[in-house]
Amino acid sequence: MAEQTKLTETKTKKRRSNAEEMAKKQREISVAEFFEKNRHLLGFDNKRKALLTTIKEAVDNSLDACEEAGILPEINVEIIDLSGKQDAQSEKFRIIIEDNGPGIIKQQVPKIFAKLLYGSKFHSMKQSRGQQGIGISAAALYGQLTTGKPVRIISKTSANKPAHYYELHINTTNNKPEIVKEDIKEWKKDHGTKVEIDMEGSYQKGGQSVDEYLIETAVVNPHVTITYTNPKAEQRIFPRATDQLPIEPKEIKPHPYGVELGILIKMLKTTSAKTLQQFFTTEFSRVGPSVAKEICEKASIVPKAKPTQIDRAHAEKLFNAIKEVKIMNPPTNCLSPIGAELLEKGLKKEINAEFYCSASRPPSVYRGNPFIMEAAIAYGGELPGDKQVTIMRFANRVPLLYQQSACSTTKSIAQTNWRSYGLSQSQNSIPVGPVAIVIHMASVWVPFTSEAKEALAHYPEMIKELKLALQECGRKLGSYVNKKKRVGAELKKRSYIDKYIPHVADALKELLSLKDGEKEKIETQLRDMLEEKRGEVEDLKFDPTKNTEYDEEMAKIKKIVEEEHEEKENGKEE
Amino acid sequence: MAKKNKVAVLIKEFADDMYKKILKKKSPKIKTPLRALSNVKYDIKEGYFELLGKEKERALTTSTVKSFAQTLRLLGLSKEIVEKDDMATKREAYYVSKNWGEAKFNEQPESDTIMDDVEAMMKVNREQMGFIPEEKGGDIAGKLVVIDVDPDTGKEIKIDCTKFGSGAYSVPTSVEHLKFETKAKFVLAIETAGMFQRLVKHNYWKKANCILISMGGVPTRACRRFIRKLSDEKKLPVYVFTDGDPYGWMNIYRTLKVGSGNSAHINEFFCVPKAKFFGITAQDIVDYKLPTHPLKDVDIKRIKDAIKNDPFVHHHKEWAKCLNQLVKMKVRAEQQALAKHGLNFVISDYLPNKLKNAKTWLP
Repeated sequence: MAEQTKLTETKTKKRRSNAEEMAKKQREISVAEFFEKNRHLLGFDNKRKALLTTIKEAVDNSLDACEEAGILPEINVEIIDLSGKQDAQSEKFRIIIEDNGPGIIKQQVPKIFAKLLYGSKFHSMKQSRGQQGIGISAAALYGQLTTGKPVRIISKTSANKPAHYYELHINTTNNKPEIVKEDIKEWKKDHGTKVEIDMEGSYQKGGQSVDEYLIETAVVNPHVTITYTNPKAEQRIFPRATDQLPIEPKEIKPHPYGVELGILIKMLKTTSAKTLQQFFTTEFSRVGPSVAKEICEKASIVPKAKPTQIDRAHAEKLFNAIKEVKIMNPPTNCLSPIGAELLEKGLKKEINAEFYCSASRPPSVYRGNPFIMEAAIAYGGELPGDKQVTIMRFANRVPLLYQQSACSTTKSIAQTNWRSYGLSQSQNSIPVGPVAIVIHMASVWVPFTSEAKEALAHYPEMIKELKLALQECGRKLGSYVNKKKRVGAELKKRSYIDKYIPHVADALKELLSLKDGEKEKIETQLRDMLEEKRGEVEDLKFDPTKNTEYDEEMAKIKKIVEEEHEEKENGKEE
Repeated sequence: MAKKNKVAVLIKEFADDMYKKILKKKSPKIKTPLRALSNVKYDIKEGYFELLGKEKERALTTSTVKSFAQTLRLLGLSKEIVEKDDMATKREAYYVSKNWGEAKFNEQPESDTIMDDVEAMMKVNREQMGFIPEEKGGDIAGKLVVIDVDPDTGKEIKIDCTKFGSGAYSVPTSVEHLKFETKAKFVLAIETAGMFQRLVKHNYWKKANCILISMGGVPTRACRRFIRKLSDEKKLPVYVFTDGDPYGWMNIYRTLKVGSGNSAHINEFFCVPKAKFFGITAQDIVDYKLPTHPLKDVDIKRIKDAIKNDPFVHHHKEWAKCLNQLVKMKVRAEQQALAKHGLNFVISDYLPNKLKNAKTWLP
């Protein structure tokens, strides 16, 4: 006790620093600096992941841009080994991603590629792959940090305009682009964008690899053609399966239920609406004059009040009033789900199974954001039966390869009772069985657990909706599994009975001194009777040629990838 | 010889009938009487368990196809044996089945069961079908002359059961042809070989003028038939002396007297309805202050089961009373427990008392 007092005494006596001194050190932190120290938050925690994240961000942007412009995407991905030695130990790579998108106008190029948190998607209520406007510039920054080389962009917006070429650095102190080189170049393309980033990385096949990401992307985006060249200079084309672009998602205004107090205050300050009622009807979706009036009444504020003069206290009243008023769910034309059918088709392409089913839920809402959950299941066939089921997660058509266990979809799967659908499962864990589950969430805002966009956050509405989708699939799966079990048991019974028919015939032959022909007659008669009595059975044997969608080549890449991965892991253990 | 042919003819008719059915595409079935306590009734007038009508069916179904094939196979074997005037022990029949591929018997109890079913179905003793049991029939000592036939010469030979000294005459597996001469006053059937030895050693049969039979647990068919023949042909009373426990009462005595559910199809010939129970009863344990052992769980289960399901116990209230008394006492006593009062107490006191006092017997 005495010692403690002494300690505190000395502490108060001898201050290490004071407010004035401390103030000298206090200054603004730029996002770029922040990222420099926290690269793991954006998916650059290791060399291998950095490679994948870079390609993912670039491809996501390309696809978003193409779809928004109504162009069928054609994307070229190339990874070049800069070390010259063609082995897995290589550390430096050049990544090139080229698309046929609408291009980017000259002035915007530096900001898009060399300023963190700059983009069009953050403020829009519309389904898109990118969200924050941080991904591609983060990749550029990572390249800059690990190689010192600038990011190189060439972009062209139409046939009769020149292509702009930029080499850009990011100034990490003020998060502003620095133009290293600027030029006008000849480019054969009518329009499109090409990005080149040199960076430290590690190329590996296997789960969570660039290869897997591109395959999955091709599977859930059947309107896309991807050409991929890996560091070993092996080229692979994933051609598009359909010329139909997905339905264009409409941009919507925020829904009152999803708005937070701070944002509401900000919106009140910046609105051009003259009255509060007008503010609500123009700035939000699903709010008509009567709903707007009701909100105002509940908050005891006149609907004709000027929005810019609402203070914090009144804003809070409005905020609370919103929750008490019944407002229609947001419109769902802002969403573009893959669709149960297409999801199933994609699954068939990759996995040769004996049974497929899928389910697409009607739109639902979390925190005012509309979303749709979709699920598809493949069962049996070439899938291994003694391992945990394979889970493939997608959010807004982007495959999620990392952090499966942290994802709320994984929780939904674990919480679903798969035992009643014929799989084995221990309490609250991933089931075991020859099953692959595909999950897709489409939303105007996909809630990720981190900016690396690897796992979905645990919103109860999402977990519930996904469980419903899984249960719908599960019921179909269950009835198939049961049928299979029944048929299997019946066939087993039949072959068991059949086994004894010759013995019956032999015994009768012996008892009655029958001839061989008569004995055979007994056997055929008994077999006929057995067939007649027990009825026909459906043939549920796995036929590997039945699945016409199956792309063996594609599956092979993935399989090789998986095997190599496993070998590596085993090697590690040794 | 003529009799054996009859069996062959029966089997052939059965097989032929099935063959014709199969040719007409009628599902072949084998129906055999259900051999269980639930399918017997206690025929008071005849004095034994009689089969009721329940049958079990074997056909081309998953659960019965194997035994269906085995039944036919076994019939085939029987026909072959009978036609060759040969025989096979139950064990040998089991080994013959090893040639039948998937239809072979894995353990002998399986073949024994099918054999009993065939016997019940054909209504012919298994001995007549050429199958003979392994076990010997029991030991005899006392005032009895058994008349058998020399297997070589076919001549009668007389066996005097008083002339075995400290040994005994063994009941053969087949007893149908035996004849008897006796002046004994009763037959005493004894559960344990130990008690039999004591009575033989001290020539109890001489003192009491009786025939002693050691059953060695549950009496074999041959032994039961042997006692039955003595009881019928020589009009001798039969007294049964077992341990004072449910096994001695139900499994040994009841089986000897009225038969069992399992062999209900042959009870008619193999039981001894006139047998009386000499002890040890629950009351004997009290009266003679016998040393006891606690009842085992299986004993209690057996007693409860008998009280609930056994038609014999249902009919004889004295037995129900005796069983209930034992459950309350929670003990059992062995025959040898009488040695507490002296090694020869059983000869000097127990058996003479029993003979004098018919009230201490149980029906």
